[in-house]
Amino acid sequence: MSEANQALDASVPPSAAVRLEQLRSGLTSAKPRSLAGDTWRRFRRHPLAIIGSIILIFLITASAIGPRIYTKSHEELDFLNILVPPGTPGHLFGTDDLGRDLLARCLFGGGISLSVGVAAMFVSILLGTLIGSVAGFFGGRIDQFLMRLTDLFLALPVVPLLLLTVYLFRDPVTKAFGQINGIFLIVVVMVGGLAWMQTARIVRASFLSLKEKEFVEAATALGVGRWAIMFRHILPNALSPIIVAATLGVGTAIITESTLSFLGVGFPPDTPTWGRLVTDGSQFLQSAPHLALIPGALIFLSVLSINFLGDGLRDALDPRSRL
Amino acid sequence: MTQYILRRVLIAIPTLLVISFVVFAILALAPGDPLAQFALNPAIPESTRERIREQFGLNQPWPVRYVKWLQQLAQGNFGFSFSSKSNVSDLIWQRLPQTLQVVGLAYLIAVLLAIPIGIISAVKQYSLFDQVATFFSFIGFSVPSFFTGLLLMLVFAINLKWFPIVYSSTLEVKDWSSFWQQVRQMVLPVTVLVVQQTAALTRFMRSSMLDNIPLDYVRTARAKGLADRVVVLRHILMNSLIPVVTLIALGIPTIFAGAIITENIFRVNGLGQLLITSIQSSDTPVVMALAFIFAVLTVTFNLIADILYGVLDPRVRYT
Repeated sequence: MSEANQALDASVPPSAAVRLEQLRSGLTSAKPRSLAGDTWRRFRRHPLAIIGSIILIFLITASAIGPRIYTKSHEELDFLNILVPPGTPGHLFGTDDLGRDLLARCLFGGGISLSVGVAAMFVSILLGTLIGSVAGFFGGRIDQFLMRLTDLFLALPVVPLLLLTVYLFRDPVTKAFGQINGIFLIVVVMVGGLAWMQTARIVRASFLSLKEKEFVEAATALGVGRWAIMFRHILPNALSPIIVAATLGVGTAIITESTLSFLGVGFPPDTPTWGRLVTDGSQFLQSAPHLALIPGALIFLSVLSINFLGDGLRDALDPRSRL
Repeated sequence: MTQYILRRVLIAIPTLLVISFVVFAILALAPGDPLAQFALNPAIPESTRERIREQFGLNQPWPVRYVKWLQQLAQGNFGFSFSSKSNVSDLIWQRLPQTLQVVGLAYLIAVLLAIPIGIISAVKQYSLFDQVATFFSFIGFSVPSFFTGLLLMLVFAINLKWFPIVYSSTLEVKDWSSFWQQVRQMVLPVTVLVVQQTAALTRFMRSSMLDNIPLDYVRTARAKGLADRVVVLRHILMNSLIPVVTLIALGIPTIFAGAIITENIFRVNGLGQLLITSIQSSDTPVVMALAFIFAVLTVTFNLIADILYGVLDPRVRYT
C-alpha cells in the first residue's frame, strides 16, 4: 500500500516553488473545505429546498420593500370598485368589500405575518437553547427540575391557552405599548413561549454527549470558565439541529399566528395580517373567493417554502438524519 | 411493570394540578369582569350584582376560589356557566358527542391511511410513490387547517354542492336518510383533520420503517429465506410500530385542538366552538372546565403513550 502511494507521489512530483508556497501558507491541499461550504454543496442537490428558498426570498423582499414600490394605500376606501375580481387593471389582486386594494393589503400583512413568525421563532429558540444547554451541561438537580418544567409545558393545552391569554391580556398590553406593537408583543411572546420545548430537548441531548468530549476536557484544563465552555465551545457544535428547528419553527409560528387571527383573537380587524385577511375574506367565499384564497395561498406558500428549506438544511447539515 | 406505571401516574397528578392552577390564575388575574354583561344591563342594580358576586363566591381572593374549585371538581362539579345559566357539565355533555364523532372518525381514517402509505414509501424509498407521498405530506403540514377548510368548502360545498356548507346541529339520526345526511355533513370537517394528521403520521411511519430496514435482524430474516412480505409485515413493521403507536397516542390531544378550528369553520356545535364562544363572553367557569379537560386529555394520552412504550419495548422500563 505504502509503496503504491510512494509510486503515485513520485509520478506527480510537486514543483519546488508550489511546495514552498504551500509550506509558507501552511496549506497542503489546494482549497480548504469549510462547514458552510460542505453544507452548501449538499444543499444544492435539493431542488425543492432551492425552489423554497427562492420563493421565500421573493416573499420577504416583496413584503419588505413592496409597500414602498407599490404605493397604493392598504386602507384607502374606493366605493366605486367594490369586490373587484383579481386581474382588474389597477387592482392586480382585486379589492375587498370596502374597495381596498388586496395586493397592498397582502404586502402590508406579509410584513407583519412574516416578522411575527421570525420573532416568535427567536423567542422559542432562545428559551429552548438556554434551558436545554443549562440542563444538559449542569445535570443533576438543575437538569431534573428543568426537564420536569419542559414536560409540564408539553402537557399544556397550547391552542386553548393561547386563545385565552391573548384574548384576556390584549387590552392592557395594547394600552401600554400601542395598538399594533402591543398585539405583536403578546402574540410573539405567547407563541414563542409555548414552543421552546422541542428545542430544549434537542439541545439538552446534544450537550449531554458533547460535554464528555475531549475538547471540553481540554478547555476545562486550560481554565476556561463554565459559561464560556457552554456557549463558546459546546454550543457551536450543537448548532445544526438548532438551525433546523429554528427554520421549521418560523413556519409553525406563522401558522399559529394566522390561526389566532382567523379565530378572531389576535391582531385587530383593521390590521391586515394574512390570517386576518383570510377571516375577513371568508365571509365573501361565495361572491368573491379571491379575498380568502389569495392571502391563504400566501400563508401556505411561505410555510411550504420554509418546510422545504428546513428539510434541505437538515439533510445538508446532518447527512445521517432522515425524516 | 406495575412500578413503572405507578411512577408515571404519580408524575401525572401533580402536572394536572399545576396546569389547572396556572389556568385558574391566568383567568383570575386577567382584567375584565366576568359579570360585565350584567353591568351593561340597567335593570340589574349594583346591589343585585354584589349579591350575584357573593353567590358565585367571586368576592373571595382567588387562591381560596381555586381550592373551592378543586373541591367541587372532586365531586364531579364543574360549576355554573355565567352566560347560558346552566351547569357546565351539562353543557359539556351536550357538546361532547359531536366533537368525539368528528375527531374520532378523522383520527381513525388518518391512522388507516398513514400506516400503509408510510410502509410503501419506506420499502420503495425514492420511488415515484414515495416522492408523491412525501410531496403531499409536506403540503399537508404546511397548509393551515382553516385554509384547507375554506378550500374544501368552496370547492365541494359551494361550487359542486356535494355537501352542505354548514353543519346542522339539530339533525337527529332516526332513519337511513337522516343517517346519510349526517354522513354528508361530517365529510368536510373530518377531511380537514384527516389531511393534517395523515401528513405527520405518514412521515413518522416512513422514518421509523427506514430506521429498521438496515438493521441486522432484517438481514437475518432474509437470510433464513423468508418471503419479502413476511419480512416487511411481520418483522420490520412490528418493530417500526413501537414508536409510531406512542406517537399516535400523543397525537390525540393535538387533534382535539385542531377540532377547535374545524368546528368554527363548519359551525359544528362541539367543544371547540364552546371554548371560543365562552372565551369571547368571558364565561370563566366554562373556559376553566374546557382548559382543564384539554389538559387532562394531553396528560392522559402522554401517560398512555409512556405505558404503551413500556409494554411494547421492555428496554424503556429500566431507564
